[in-house]
Amino acid sequence: MSNRVAFLQGNEACAHGAIYAGCRFFAGYPITPSTEVAEVMAKELPRVGGAFMQMEDEIAAMAAVIGASLTGTKVLTATSGPGFSLKQENIGYACITEVPCVIVNVMRGGPSTGMPTGPSQSDVMQARWGTHGDHPAICLVPASVQELFTETVRAFNLAEKYRTPVTVMPDEIVGHMRERIVFPEPGELEVIDRTGPTVGPDEYKPYDTRFGDVPPLASFGSGYRFHVTGLNKAEDGFPTTRAEIVQAEEERQLRKIENAVDDIVTFEEYLLDDAEVAVVAFGSIARSARYAVNQARKAGIRAGLFRIITYWPFPERQIRALSERVRAVITPEMNLGMTVHEVRRCVEGRAPVSGIFRVDGEPIGPGAIFAAIREVR
Amino acid sequence: MGFDYDKYIRPGKLPHIWCPGCGHGIVMKGLIRAIDALELDKNKTAIVSGIGCASRLPGYMDFCTLHTTHGRAVAFATGIKMARPEMNVICVGGDGDGVAIGGNHFIHACRRNIDMTYLIMNNNIYGMTGGQFSPTTPYGAKASTTPYGNPDPPFDIAKLAIGAGATFVARGTAFHAAQIDKLLAEAMRHKGFSVVEILDSCPTTYGRRNRFKSVVEMMNQLKDMAVPVTAADKMPAEQLRGKVLTGILYKESKPEYVEEYRKLVERVRAEG
Amino acid sequence: MEKKLPKIEINEKYCKGCHICVEFCPTRVLEMRGFTAAVKNLEACIACMQCELRCPDFAVTVTG
Ligand SMILES: Cc1ncc(C[n+]2csc(CCOP(=O)(O)OP(=O)(O)O)c2C)c(N)n1
Ligand code: SF4
Ligand code: SF4
Ligand code: SF4
Repeated sequence: MSNRVAFLQGNEACAHGAIYAGCRFFAGYPITPSTEVAEVMAKELPRVGGAFMQMEDEIAAMAAVIGASLTGTKVLTATSGPGFSLKQENIGYACITEVPCVIVNVMRGGPSTGMPTGPSQSDVMQARWGTHGDHPAICLVPASVQELFTETVRAFNLAEKYRTPVTVMPDEIVGHMRERIVFPEPGELEVIDRTGPTVGPDEYKPYDTRFGDVPPLASFGSGYRFHVTGLNKAEDGFPTTRAEIVQAEEERQLRKIENAVDDIVTFEEYLLDDAEVAVVAFGSIARSARYAVNQARKAGIRAGLFRIITYWPFPERQIRALSERVRAVITPEMNLGMTVHEVRRCVEGRAPVSGIFRVDGEPIGPGAIFAAIREVR
Repeated sequence: MGFDYDKYIRPGKLPHIWCPGCGHGIVMKGLIRAIDALELDKNKTAIVSGIGCASRLPGYMDFCTLHTTHGRAVAFATGIKMARPEMNVICVGGDGDGVAIGGNHFIHACRRNIDMTYLIMNNNIYGMTGGQFSPTTPYGAKASTTPYGNPDPPFDIAKLAIGAGATFVARGTAFHAAQIDKLLAEAMRHKGFSVVEILDSCPTTYGRRNRFKSVVEMMNQLKDMAVPVTAADKMPAEQLRGKVLTGILYKESKPEYVEEYRKLVERVRAEG
Repeated sequence: MEKKLPKIEINEKYCKGCHICVEFCPTRVLEMRGFTAAVKNLEACIACMQCELRCPDFAVTVTG
């Protein structure tokens, strides 16, 4: 079928992925370089009976998607740098209340207004620690237009399955590049819907741990009445300051993601089996890295690529295992050193870890990575 | 006679946390009577608040309740209403919540004319955090952060709402308790964004600092200050000085946002 | 014929002693007893409901 194949921009593919996943509510605020996501949603959502809203700011957009999600609707918001910062308080609200939602943050240079049209990968720590307090985080970093589609679908699945916000973070290059994409047929990709409660309204509690670490979430308007608050709460949803409950609830919220890392964490290993030098990269820079690895192989250097697809939870176990085999690790990234610290934490000194850091709005090309491979070898 | 509030209050949640003489309890009772008068379906009614003493109200109410972040109630509520237009949506909160940190969301909800009711309990102060001045603290009044008197001029919430495009605006006071449910019921019957401001009392953090001997004195001030809008027309200007108008201050019929959006959806789908 | 009097219940567990019901009763039916409101003069009650309406603490119920 010819209309299954298209030439699309990453941000457009992201929006189409959301529709495919069943997203029916979008609220956002325009910001470069993410605006195309909103533009496509504004066009597509009415066609499928959903609703698009341009809110007064990113705080409102984040709030609106959480409100809509509580009615059982799949929801999306999209933003970049400054807007991602504004959303943080309400992202924390979604964390503690365990309301599924997907946030797209197309990474641009920062801090502050920084370089609105320049690419960056410097929001990865904000995706983990941007909101205050302890909380789990899931963050996906696709590297192609096709993958931005499929990872957006996966983001919705993870959000619904684990009752949590999920962030999809293409860098500006991935968000704006145009590539061929093959639209999956309906049913071709897995689409996970929210599991409602199995008990009646009288018995229902929004954080009922009898049903495991991810308690079912009922929808407003469906006959279940319950309370949702950003205060620390007990399993009935009402605020509590009882020390043992607060501690247990916060630990459960971390545990629900930690115990599921095998289901959540995804990555790609390229020519790593016999590698002596491993490049750990993600997003558009992983594309340069693959090229550099091929160059190195041609030059007789056994290099390989570990491409991060799920940034949070960080692929700790895999990078630890990798560090037992290789002689050196290189992390090229469009920031001044973020992933490098995570990688060092996992490598625990078993191999030297060096970085290539760039924040001047230019991508890190294969040449720079190849040079680094040659140097550390 | 004798209203049965228990029907609408979650079992075991009373007594509430508010201080002796805090007007928020009087307002909550008015809200309950209004909901009762309209026979709203509990399962189809969402009550949404921000943060503050006033914003603790939803926790007591046996409805779909959402206690959100400071100032953002209307934005959360907008998502609920857009995703489930059949739900009745009521927002509640304090003056700080509504027109300081939440001011931007407030004016834009007025502008959209989205069908929901916003109940603002205006006690002229940030009660929860211990009495800092709010955008409605009178000029010259004392607050913990205006130890020499408030240099800021205050907002008139009703004028702000009307200016921003709200299609129903009313004002009452905690003293005029019997009027609260009437105003709220009218507001909820209205199609579009309705704002009901209730002038309220915070004896703990406002009254004491501003030389009110007791909450009774605060209630007396509300009593003396209020002039029904229907009576104001016949009163000379000098008699209205220092007074506030109460009752339904503004009402108009304008296209409602959710309905307009649904029409747009139908049009787009018909065009294919 | 004897006048049928309303019944005023004050829930002492809820009353926070704010004086509002006492001060604004038009016929001075209520009084403070210690920290809680109490009925002093039921005969004077005209069942205007103001005490019930204005009690912030859901502590007053007037029936009958
Ligand atoms: C983002 C944020 N800033 C500040 C606060 C602290 N805070 C909590 S309640 C409040 C003011 C509440 O005042 P108001 O809305 O007037 O309600 P009241 O307590 O008087 O009923 C403030 C400033 C907060 N919770 N969140
Ligand atoms: S501090 Fe003021 S607003 Fe808060 S509960 Fe006490 S009286 Fe009410
Ligand atoms: S009903 Fe009226 S008259 Fe009777 S006690 Fe209450 S306020 Fe007084
Ligand atoms: S109004 Fe209510 S809380 Fe206040 S004194 Fe009377 S019964 Fe007690």
